[in-house]
Amino acid sequence: MSTSAAPVPEGPSGVGEGAPSALQRVFGALRAIPVVWYLTIVLWVWIAAINPLFAEPSGFLAYLKQAAPLAILAAGAFFVLASGEFDLSVGSLVTVCVVVAAAISDGDPSKTWPVIALLFVIGLIVGLINGVVTTIFRVPSFITTLAMLLILDGAVWLYTSGSPKGALADNFREIGRMGIEVPVIDQLPYSVIILVAIGAFSAWLMRRHFGRQVLAVGDNDRAAALSGINVTRVRITAFVLSALSAVIAGILLGGFAGVTAQVGQGLEFEAITAAVLGGTVLGGGRGSVINAMAGALALTALFSWLNLQGVSGAFEDAVEGVIIIAAVAVASYRLREGS
Amino acid sequence: MRGIKKDFLGVHVLHGIDLECAAGEVHAIVGENGAGKSTLMKILAGVYTPSAGEIIIDGTPQKFNHPLEAQQAGVSIIYQEFNLLPDRTVAENVFLGREPKKGFIVDRAKMERDTAKLLHEFAPDDPIAPDELVGRLSVAQQQTVEIAKALSLDSKILVMDEPTASLAAHEVERLFDRVKRLRERGMAILYISHRLKEIFELAQRITVLKDGNKVKTVNADEVTSAELVKLMVGRELDQYFPPRGDPSKRGDVKLRVRGGATEVLSNIDLDIHAGEILGVAGLQGSGRTELARAIFGADPFLEGTVEIDGKPVKINSPKQAIAHGIGFVSEDRKTEGLTLAQSIRDNVALAWRGLARGRRSQLSINVKDLCQAVELRSRGGLGQEVRYLSGGNQQKVVIAKWLATEPQLVIFDEPTRGIDVGAKAGIHDLIRGLANEGVAVLMISSELPEVIGMSDRIIVMRNGQIAGELPAGPTEAEIMFLATGEEDIEAKTEADLAKIQEELSSAGEGGKS
Repeated sequence: MSTSAAPVPEGPSGVGEGAPSALQRVFGALRAIPVVWYLTIVLWVWIAAINPLFAEPSGFLAYLKQAAPLAILAAGAFFVLASGEFDLSVGSLVTVCVVVAAAISDGDPSKTWPVIALLFVIGLIVGLINGVVTTIFRVPSFITTLAMLLILDGAVWLYTSGSPKGALADNFREIGRMGIEVPVIDQLPYSVIILVAIGAFSAWLMRRHFGRQVLAVGDNDRAAALSGINVTRVRITAFVLSALSAVIAGILLGGFAGVTAQVGQGLEFEAITAAVLGGTVLGGGRGSVINAMAGALALTALFSWLNLQGVSGAFEDAVEGVIIIAAVAVASYRLREGS
Repeated sequence: MRGIKKDFLGVHVLHGIDLECAAGEVHAIVGENGAGKSTLMKILAGVYTPSAGEIIIDGTPQKFNHPLEAQQAGVSIIYQEFNLLPDRTVAENVFLGREPKKGFIVDRAKMERDTAKLLHEFAPDDPIAPDELVGRLSVAQQQTVEIAKALSLDSKILVMDEPTASLAAHEVERLFDRVKRLRERGMAILYISHRLKEIFELAQRITVLKDGNKVKTVNADEVTSAELVKLMVGRELDQYFPPRGDPSKRGDVKLRVRGGATEVLSNIDLDIHAGEILGVAGLQGSGRTELARAIFGADPFLEGTVEIDGKPVKINSPKQAIAHGIGFVSEDRKTEGLTLAQSIRDNVALAWRGLARGRRSQLSINVKDLCQAVELRSRGGLGQEVRYLSGGNQQKVVIAKWLATEPQLVIFDEPTRGIDVGAKAGIHDLIRGLANEGVAVLMISSELPEVIGMSDRIIVMRNGQIAGELPAGPTEAEIMFLATGEEDIEAKTEADLAKIQEELSSAGEGGKS
């Protein structure tokens, strides 16, 4: 049969509406920009006002370089959150990556690429386990990934007895630290290139079948399953993407953080905070991956700003907590408003 | 209540209802399921806030933002599901949150004394000890406690929602006695019931609701039960159905089930032909929805064989069913059919995205054309979230979703539930349009006129089996005969027929109203 099962009405369809005025359109477009971008830009301007170096290319790129691991984690967290699940294991997976890479390569530059391949395999396995346990064994992801966090942390302690062995080779550390020499802006960090590539890839993915299915599954997994969507596969893939984002973040962080058993600590919550700040709705079905990454940029900027205000770094956790509650409260208030 | 209107997410549930109830009156509210009775009562009780209209109690306009405010204004409501704490005593329940105090301590003795006095006043025939745990009481006694609670609150208005639904016959008599006592005390009672006999025994006036409109308020002694049924059902409103298919154009058997059985179903032998609408009727729990879910692979057949186009197939999941060209417009589109927070575009493409890659690339879809094919009207464009659409338009999105997969067989489970009368005809046209294009259609409905008006053939289910098959255009009595298995259906009065009709239509509602 053709798609016109019923007589198609003459003339224009009922879909669409009259054109709004120019002013309305500008106003509407401004309103359509998510709040997180305004927040990010305000913070940028404010920081630049306090510290003019920030406005220079090198200063700004240094900030982006610093924000890149979190933004990449936020992209990974977005897929899991949008599908209606949680991933609390990414922070300890970052630690595992750094510790394992240091122990195995022990400063030998020739081992860097095999080690990176190994890290991706570890990430793939962790993501698969998270996904399979959550979907097939029906353990709530909150529990699954919390247990994974404990298991990975425990494994790191067992493996290192608390003080990681070995060192990262220089060419491994360069990925997070160095960049390509570019005339005007001096140096374009690799991490910024990777950040942009992952942002573009994630945005592309969200426009593909997979991305639309992630949102559909997070919104209503029953309806999705009854529409023939393979809910299990979609969710497992989301967990794998999240774990792989942790591997990439771990490789970048290995470059500028030291090799410690605490390098990834707390990153799972920072990533979720960033995604939520970027408008991702906990429970799934709503949000945009680019905005989630912008949430990470805003969060990093916020921490820099707090730093410039003389607020101790120890205060960051409390700030995160406040942001999570506030962002979730605003989101649920808006959803109610909308209905 | 004046001009009460209520929308849920853009769906108009009540279209401006006026209702008045005097002190010392029992005012019955009747109507089919989905007529808006419960919504109207929940507005009165402050559970919902009306979209328009006002509530006036003793001449004072009221605005309730919370059930507690309604309670303070003298409105009590007794739901079918009681609001009692089973692990607390009768007296504790009656005075919950308002316990009499002696200093800081609850004055248990006074509380129990007052409760006993209250209970004795209107229920002297059934002594309930104030210190008994509510969970140990019978349903009827719990109901008495609910009434005592309303009395202790000095309520002026009492809403009773289907109070006799779970009572035995002798308990019903007692309840009537209590309701009459309350009436004599000057209480205004709004009484919701399906049972016409009760209504005539208790009520002075009767208001009939249908599809969110007030049909009429009548004095109980000026109307017969037959007239009341006519007002409730209001058949003439939706008499229109599209013309049936031409039997000579009926195609080959599309789907054949032999000996199909699940935990609920047994001995299912079924043929659905291309180009026909096979209607499925039956009472609640007869296995209609289970049949649909079995065919669709959601709760697959455990025994028996299924053939499509004469070839045996195994369908163990919706995904496999869809791959075989089956679509399923389920009973509850909000929880099973749609992803409400996603756009029209994404919902229409949902099932198509689930297809295997090869099949998907064969069927390039155009969401705009599909929306036109189902005559979807949305002011917000294709990017609009479907939760903002009306019930009728939401259903059209679900149908468009299946059109996108170019199905050979579409199963409709209660296709017009919760849809405005006007939009129903549109859905009926779409279903017939599918059949005319050669699609096999299985249509489940608890609305008998719909099954009769739409189907080329009807099967009637009873106890998980197919009780019989009827040709196009049977009478309601023929269907009910098969559905109930009662021999003397012809002898039943018109009011009894209406009752069975009510049971039929309450079937899928899951006792919601």
